[in-house]
Parts: sequence; C-alpha cells; structure tokens
Amino acid sequence: MIKNTQCYRPRTDLLLGKKKKKKKKAKKAKKKKKKAKKKKSTSCTSGKHKAHFTKMATLAVRQSPVGGFSFENCKRNAVLEGEANKVGYSLPAARKTGTTICGVVFKDGVILGADTRATEGMIVADKNCSKIHYISPNIYCCGAGTAADTEMTTQIISSNLELHALSTGRVPRVATANRMLKQMLFRYQGYIGAALVLGGVDCNGPHLYSIYPHGSTDKLPYVTMGSGSLAAMAVFEDRYKPDMEEEDAKRLVRDAIAAGIFNDLGSGSNIDLCVITKGKLDYIRPHDEANKKGVRTGDYKYKRGTTSVLTKSVTALNLEVVEETVLTMDTS
Amino acid sequence: MLQETGTEWLSQEVKTGTTIIAVEFDGGVVLGSDSRVSAGASVVNRVMNKLSPLHDKIYCALSGSAADAQTIAEVVHYQLDVHSIEIDEDPQVRSAATLVRNISYKYKEELSAHLIVAGWDRRDGGQVFATLSGLLTRQPFAVGGSGSSHVYGFVDAEFRGGMSKEECQQFVVNTLSLAINRDGSSGGVAYIVSIDEHGTEEKVVLGNDLPTFFDQ
Repeated sequence: MIKNTQCYRPRTDLLLGKKKKKKKKAKKAKKKKKKAKKKKSTSCTSGKHKAHFTKMATLAVRQSPVGGFSFENCKRNAVLEGEANKVGYSLPAARKTGTTICGVVFKDGVILGADTRATEGMIVADKNCSKIHYISPNIYCCGAGTAADTEMTTQIISSNLELHALSTGRVPRVATANRMLKQMLFRYQGYIGAALVLGGVDCNGPHLYSIYPHGSTDKLPYVTMGSGSLAAMAVFEDRYKPDMEEEDAKRLVRDAIAAGIFNDLGSGSNIDLCVITKGKLDYIRPHDEANKKGVRTGDYKYKRGTTSVLTKSVTALNLEVVEETVLTMDTS
Repeated sequence: MLQETGTEWLSQEVKTGTTIIAVEFDGGVVLGSDSRVSAGASVVNRVMNKLSPLHDKIYCALSGSAADAQTIAEVVHYQLDVHSIEIDEDPQVRSAATLVRNISYKYKEELSAHLIVAGWDRRDGGQVFATLSGLLTRQPFAVGGSGSSHVYGFVDAEFRGGMSKEECQQFVVNTLSLAINRDGSSGGVAYIVSIDEHGTEEKVVLGNDLPTFFDQ
C-alpha cells in the first residue's frame, strides 16, 4: 500500500531481492519528511491523512533559476548535433516569422497590427498565422523573430501575470508585463529570439513598448518590428500625429502593415488588428485581406456536344477472377 | 536569401552608439546625451533618453549595449532605493557610483556597457564619476560613448574650472552638437539634465535648435 508521500517515487522497494534495504531507506526518508511536515503545518489531526499542500500558490509558474544562464543542455545539444551530422542529417532550423508588426498610441488607447505570414526559409509555412498574442484582457503582444520563442515567452509571461494579478487583486499594468519580459529576455542573453511589441491600457492610460531579444526596451508612441519594420516605420514617420481618432489610427496601422507586406519578402497575406481601449477590446482577424487568391477568368472544361460523335463501337472485356483477397476495415 | 536582404540587424544587439557627457560645476552637475539607438545599420529609436535617474538627485548616462546599460541602471536604481531607506537619508553620489562599479567589475566579461554617474549630495556637492570597465574615479567632467572620441580635443581645450550652471549647459550642448555631426552612431535630439541643491531640471534641445559651427 502506498502511503502518503510528498513526491512520487518509483516503487523500488518492490524490486525482487532489494526489498529490505529499500524499505529501510524509504522509512528513514518518510520519517524526515514527517518531521519537516510537522514543522510546517500544525493544524493536521491524523498522522495518516496529512495535507499535501502546505504552501500557498506560488507567484510564478517557473521559478527563476539562481545566477545566470543555465548551460545544462548545451553538451547534450552538441552531442545530438554531432550524431545527426554523422548520419547525414542536419538539425531543423528554427522557424522564423519574417514579419511586419507595429503599434500606435491614439487618443483612447492602443492599436496593434501584424501581418499573417510565417516562413520556413523561402517557403511560406503558414498563410494565416496569428502573431498578436494574449497577455491579459487589457494587454496584447505582437511577436517577431523565432515563432516558437515568441509563443512560449508570451504564454509564460501571460501565466505569471495572471498569478501576479490575482495576488495583488488589481488589473495588471503594461509596465509590469514589460519588466517581466525584459528581465526574462536579458537572463537568456539574446538566445531567445523574441522581438515583441507590447501594448495595452491600464489605470495609467495607454502604453506601448518595444522589447528586443537582448532585453532592452523602448517606450514610444509608435513602434515597428520585424523584417518589414523599415517599410512600416516610413509610413508612420510620414503620417503619425499625436491623439488621433480611432478610425484614422486603424487606417494608419493598416497602411503601415500593408507597406511591410508589399515591400518585404518575409511578410504577406492578411492584416490583423487589435484595438485596445479602456472599456473595449477588438481583435479583428482579419482586418484586411490584402492578398486575395485570384479568381480564374477562363475554364478548360468543354460542354457536351462541343465535338460531334462520328462512330461508336462497344467491346466487352471477358475477365477471369484469378485471386480474391478481402481486407476487413474497422470502422468502429 | 532572406538573411541577406538586411534582416541580420534583427538578431544584432541593440547598441546605444552614443555621446554622453557629464560636467561638474560649483553647486551641481550637468549631464547631456544624444538620443540615437541603433541595431546594426538601422536606427530603432531616435528619441531615447539615455539619462536615467538612479535617485532624485543622482542620474547616470548610458552607453554601450542598450540591454546591458538599461539593466544595470534599473538594478542600481532598486539597490539605491533600498540603501536610502536603510540609512534614512538621501544617498551619496559616491554610493551610487560604487554600486554601478561593483556590477561593471564583477560582470566585466559578460557586459559591455559604460555608465557615467553624476549628481549632487549634501556632503560633497556636485560630483561626476566614471565607471568604465569597473574602475571608479571622480573627475571634473567625463565623456563617453562612440562619439566621445571625436570631441576629446574640444573638451580638453574648452573646459575651464569655475564655470556657472548656464556656461556648463552651453558647454554640454556644444559638445553634443559637434559629436552628433561627426559620429554616425549619435544623433537625434540632445537631452540635458541639470542637478543642484534646489532640484533637478530636464531639458530637450531639438535637432534644429542645436548650435551650428563652421561648415554647417
């Protein structure tokens, strides 16, 4: 019978021949754990049914590692790469989202925009991928760079931010999300290739940040990121005005992303928008199908009767059944 | 091919190729910086304020890698906050500079940022400290960043002891203007911060208001 233990250990005491030794060790370990438990919780009644949860919900999903970059997996990665090269294969390259993402602060809030193309080398891997990620109900984040890195980073910070918000009892602030993201990216010294545009509205108004893979951030009224950022920035520098109306701002973001889509090979397909204001959130996907698939103008099918029938002869083929096999298909 | 069409700058580190300067006068200090942040050949932020507050009357000027410099400034801001609560009074500029120096020296191999710390405190008045590579030295003035090498001659020739606050501000603006003109990695606007016992004053001098010299 498995008694209450704090962690799940393999039942090595059931291995033949090693019964006695393992049981003694297990008993000693249990005694130590029981002593430790007694110190922590004093409200337990029965010795058998001790509470497993003696701590509050931790404030962060991932405990931050102590001191610098963890090189644990580097040796393993090098060995794996060597073995793959020996057989003639190369490890798959990280998929990047050659991208155009941008954000702008307008009168009542923030508008984030992104294209929807994900590339794998020179091939479009996904024609309609979503680059605007959820962080919290009032904060969204666009991601450029390595697709996996942006996805996972935003999900980790979203999770930690929700725990933080529950702990403080307040709506999370954009500056908090910014701090969490930059501290994580700095810890990994640029090896997490995530370039982010973070925007949202909180108790202090609308905020927009750009966050670079090495961990530096800039707080600005308009930002662009990704391979198409130069084209999009050109549109912003020309037409941005402070305190724009929502429709003007949406048009500006749409034009900036369109500039990136048409002038950059790594960006394409549709334009997604996310309008965040104090009371409202609009996730418009797609806002504009900048690249519609063309409609064929002609057809190579011919109508019946286009060619006239001159003669018709029918020949019957007499076939013998040589071999018959029946394959049952399980359609349950 | 995508890699060759100029997207390497995405993975290149964001640097503040910069000009920063801090000058001490009797009763305070004046700090100045340009505002350009570049990643490779592209300017990613043309209005960044590189004068970062460590405390009410202590500022530091950032240069080098943007991420490293921002992180050092934020960590020291926090440490100085705790320290000032512990001693229950405004911290000394020397303490702030020592905190910055400790981080710069300990992580010398990993970081590539240079911060100039300047401020005013009651004990020693206005002070400017340079913390390059982990040394700590008090100087009457300090310049830093990629644009500083273009103006060493100017600052050495033009600096005089005993300048007033307005003369110091003019000196700082002139230096920044000359450096911005000659250094490709410096540009944008000039941020000036003046700290004395009465308070801290932040000013922006826009690009077209910068002083012009011969040949401009």
